[in-house]
Amino acid sequence: MAEKLTLTVRFLARYAELLGTESATVTLSSPASVGDVLGVLRGTFPGARRLPDRPLCALNLSQVDLATPVAEGDELALLPPVAGG
Amino acid sequence: MKTPYLTEREIDLELLIERVESADRGAVVTFLGTVRNHHAGREVERLEYSAYGPMAEIECERIRLEAEQQWGAAVALEHRVGALGIGDVSVAIAAAAPHRDAAFAACRHVIEQLKRRVPIWKREHFADGTVEWVDPTNELKTEEED
Repeated sequence: MAEKLTLTVRFLARYAELLGTESATVTLSSPASVGDVLGVLRGTFPGARRLPDRPLCALNLSQVDLATPVAEGDELALLPPVAGG
Repeated sequence: MKTPYLTEREIDLELLIERVESADRGAVVTFLGTVRNHHAGREVERLEYSAYGPMAEIECERIRLEAEQQWGAAVALEHRVGALGIGDVSVAIAAAAPHRDAAFAACRHVIEQLKRRVPIWKREHFADGTVEWVDPTNELKTEEED
């Protein structure tokens, strides 16, 4: 049986409204990438299907791309286009 | 202890200036961003800023260090989060350097990179009662696109 890993996903600003929650715990088969986590989210949250194909993602506070592998206990954050200033 | 870059309190520009001025820095350039009363032709009543706090702190520190390394400038900056009214200061920067060219360049770098990289978002409350997240890229898919 494939090993499982569990991580926390945070939805910031507009994405929290879109998904109806500020965070979620996602469990999926290891090895897995950021893109795989997005796939799980799109299958779980109807609002996640409105996310862009490649949303801005931060893994443990550093920006990453969809191919980056995720590990047990990671925090993945989905960030809308920034608009500070 | 390091001063945080994000604050829920009113920003005091004088305090930022005090943190960067020194006898060998003959130029201090400051920038204030304030809440505008209009966006895309519509009247804005107030704004709410939110942030991914821990990442925003890291990114602000990186930008400050870039200014320090590239222009030898001392930089202090703060960004407000929470509810702001028209005219309130949302971001303030003080950049000090031995000469004005470096101080201007450092200040400019910090505001441009902040707007590009720091995970902060704003939600506008319009006079007509609608509330919208500011998203210049209009990136969300419509429901039909699924």
